[in-house]
Amino acid sequence: MELTSDHSFALAQAPLPVTDATEKVTLAAVALGLLALLGATFDADAARARLSMYAALALISGGTLAWAWHKFGRSEAGVKQNNLWLRASTSRGAIAWVTGLVLTGFYVLLYWFSWTLENLIRTLDPFSQALRGKAADQWFLYGTFYTLAILLMGARALWKYRHSRYQLIRTVSVMFFQLGFAFLLPGVLLFFQQPEFYFSYFWPLKYDYLFPGGVTDLVKNGGLGVFMVFWGAIMSLVATPVLTYFFGKRWYCSWVCGCGGLAETAGDPYRHLSDKSRAAWRWEVRIVYSVLALIVLITSILWVNQVYGSFLGEIGNSLNRFYGFAIGAVFSGVVGVGFYPIMGSRVWCRFGCPMAAYLGLLQKHFSRFRITTNGGQCISCGNCSNVCEMGIDVKQYAQRGEPIIRASCVGCGMCSTACPRGVLNLENGPREGRYQGSQLVHADSLRILS
Amino acid sequence: MHLVIIGNGITGVTAAQTVRRLAPAARITLVSEESEHHYSRTALMYVYMGHLRYQDVKPYEDWFWAENHLELIHATATALDAGQRQLRLSNGQTLGYDKLLLATGSVSRRFGWPGQDLRGVQGLYGLPDLAQMERDTQGISRGVVVGGGLIGVELAEMLHTRHIAATVLVRDQHYWGSVLPPEEAELVDQQFRAHDVDVRYRTELREILGDSSGRVRAIVTSQGEEIACQWVGLGIGVTPNLSLAQDSAVETDRGILVDELLQTNQPDVYAAGDCAQHRQPGAGEVAIEQLWYTGRMQGETVAHTICGRPTPYRRGVWFNSAKFFNLEYQTYGQVPARPPADVESFYWQHPTGSCALRINFAPQTGNAVLGFNAMGLRLRQAVCESWIKAKTPIQTVIQQLKTANFDPEFYRRHERAIQRQFAEMSVVKRY
Repeated sequence: MELTSDHSFALAQAPLPVTDATEKVTLAAVALGLLALLGATFDADAARARLSMYAALALISGGTLAWAWHKFGRSEAGVKQNNLWLRASTSRGAIAWVTGLVLTGFYVLLYWFSWTLENLIRTLDPFSQALRGKAADQWFLYGTFYTLAILLMGARALWKYRHSRYQLIRTVSVMFFQLGFAFLLPGVLLFFQQPEFYFSYFWPLKYDYLFPGGVTDLVKNGGLGVFMVFWGAIMSLVATPVLTYFFGKRWYCSWVCGCGGLAETAGDPYRHLSDKSRAAWRWEVRIVYSVLALIVLITSILWVNQVYGSFLGEIGNSLNRFYGFAIGAVFSGVVGVGFYPIMGSRVWCRFGCPMAAYLGLLQKHFSRFRITTNGGQCISCGNCSNVCEMGIDVKQYAQRGEPIIRASCVGCGMCSTACPRGVLNLENGPREGRYQGSQLVHADSLRILS
Repeated sequence: MHLVIIGNGITGVTAAQTVRRLAPAARITLVSEESEHHYSRTALMYVYMGHLRYQDVKPYEDWFWAENHLELIHATATALDAGQRQLRLSNGQTLGYDKLLLATGSVSRRFGWPGQDLRGVQGLYGLPDLAQMERDTQGISRGVVVGGGLIGVELAEMLHTRHIAATVLVRDQHYWGSVLPPEEAELVDQQFRAHDVDVRYRTELREILGDSSGRVRAIVTSQGEEIACQWVGLGIGVTPNLSLAQDSAVETDRGILVDELLQTNQPDVYAAGDCAQHRQPGAGEVAIEQLWYTGRMQGETVAHTICGRPTPYRRGVWFNSAKFFNLEYQTYGQVPARPPADVESFYWQHPTGSCALRINFAPQTGNAVLGFNAMGLRLRQAVCESWIKAKTPIQTVIQQLKTANFDPEFYRRHERAIQRQFAEMSVVKRY
């Protein structure tokens, strides 16, 4: 337990949580799997590398599932947060830093040095041929790992949160959309010589879907391509406001989106690491809306450029490339996932995602969604704020009896799940009186929520 | 006006915030030795269990106090001179006041058992207790918890997370016998059993035995059984902290005596929260209330009086909540352990025992609903309260039960089963 800034008291170092033999065995299987993965990376012999890869996938999958069941599946259903802040792996200890470095390193290799992963990529050729009718590339490797992470850690989330039907259904949803819409379907489309289109990603997150270049490319593919453009435009500009009006931004961020899917499953052990301070909130507002403004601006410029005959020349492509590098690769990949074990699972969603910013504006101003506080029952224990992956200091609202209406809330429902007194509930209600606090706690006007 | 508040718990802090709102220019000073900043006492268990860190149980960030011009003094008030309107502090400082609020909270109760001062014997009330528990439970194999109340079950859960075997001694024949009806208590007992807690009902502590180094080695129960253990947690309640008041002119009994405006016998000296004892509690209310919620309400009420808006303390419709391991509990209104003769009790329980609902009502006064116990279910406080206030007949309540449901989306709904059971009971009892 860390010493606190409060000098008035210091707790003795809590004993390290017990890791029993079974847990060690399952974790050893995962570690061996990672080792086998390394073997496959450095083995130029295709057959042997493939064998190594299969062994790696079997060990990692089997080990993770066995570990998750052992850890969460056997004991009584209920909130399972014991030792969260005492374990090095989930409290920014040495293991967390190593994990962060490995993840960050993987992204760097993937984006800029993908030749180092060549052996690994080749091991997936048979699978890629079968699914997509073409050889594997680094993005197929990435997609496979990404989907596997969501499925395996999704199983963990299903065991861990099985006392909450909201969490069960939501977890199945993100697993389904990742596997079906973000992995299998784009592969099948390729197999049939169609554009590799992701029906679950929209502008401004998948920005090029509404870039002139992206649209032109899709339209070239005939009827299906035109439908894809139509789908993208309708989802971004019509369905998003309508669905957000009825359900809040959660319909996307914590039910459909792949980034959200990874955060809710693989990122779940790190959700409490998000910074809840007011200072962090200020940075969030500054950065995320700037990214939204930037992508709206770039999209507009590119369209004006398109309509008025390419006055930008090469600059148009550079704009596209710059955004793709800075936001698409560095922010959403390297920082967004690489920093999970240090900054929490939603760094990208909170600080960088323009889709989240767009949805957030809709949620804050044009939505029926809110998290209701149950009268005066809050005891200010802080469990809700702790589990908020978006860094919302939920208790500030709950202890005042106020509903929580925040642009950043992705509606994961963990505050409601973790609350020991049944104080919080996600609701879609009429917009009238949406901000109405409980009469059972008097609101005060201290400057906390501004 | 210079308001000095002794204690930075929920009562003192709520009073400070409310005074700041009502009297923006007031000078407000909070004095506490326990912690530099306000923290949530109810969350201590989560720090021990590793769910949270100490900084996570502070309801406000540290900038809050300076930004709202709330002065904090990290010291104990050792003497009060109400005539001179002066306090002496443990740091040697003398502090004058115009108005004084005593919100000194409680201290853990002890019954004078032999061996109660041995190392490894403690209550759980404040930060020093948490630090002590952290230190004294390391590497031990069994702890004994004395008391079948809220702290008792918390202590058992805390030990459970460290894989320390727990024995709980409960005086009554079931858990929390003074508050919970037997059916609800049975559900709590299920939680104890599911978590391998050894609960001894109708059993009290007779004596605590120590080893040669002055540390607990065993306890002896009222049945004469000796149970080996290395730690003893006392969860038998708290009693008002009178350390400052009792040597002053402020009149005390078990607590600091206050009228309905929460004024003591001394001019401009108020008391609120756990430490206050009401001279004339309302009908059916207790004189000393030791809850987070009542502390908050008393703090808010007394702030109004301090700011020149005399406001009598009215607790309103009773409510409380707790969590017993994985079982949530909410209560609204009056649901005593045994209903009085003129009160009827409707109780529904899910076949698996995962949740239950009790509604008390008064058949002789139009079947007016009096109170709710919800176990493993969440009920909307505002709705329950309005039913109780309006003396709504239980028939209407059962019919509209859905409006009080506060369970998360997709949770199984039990209204139909409850309505069916109520209909069956109505036929038999002819309501």
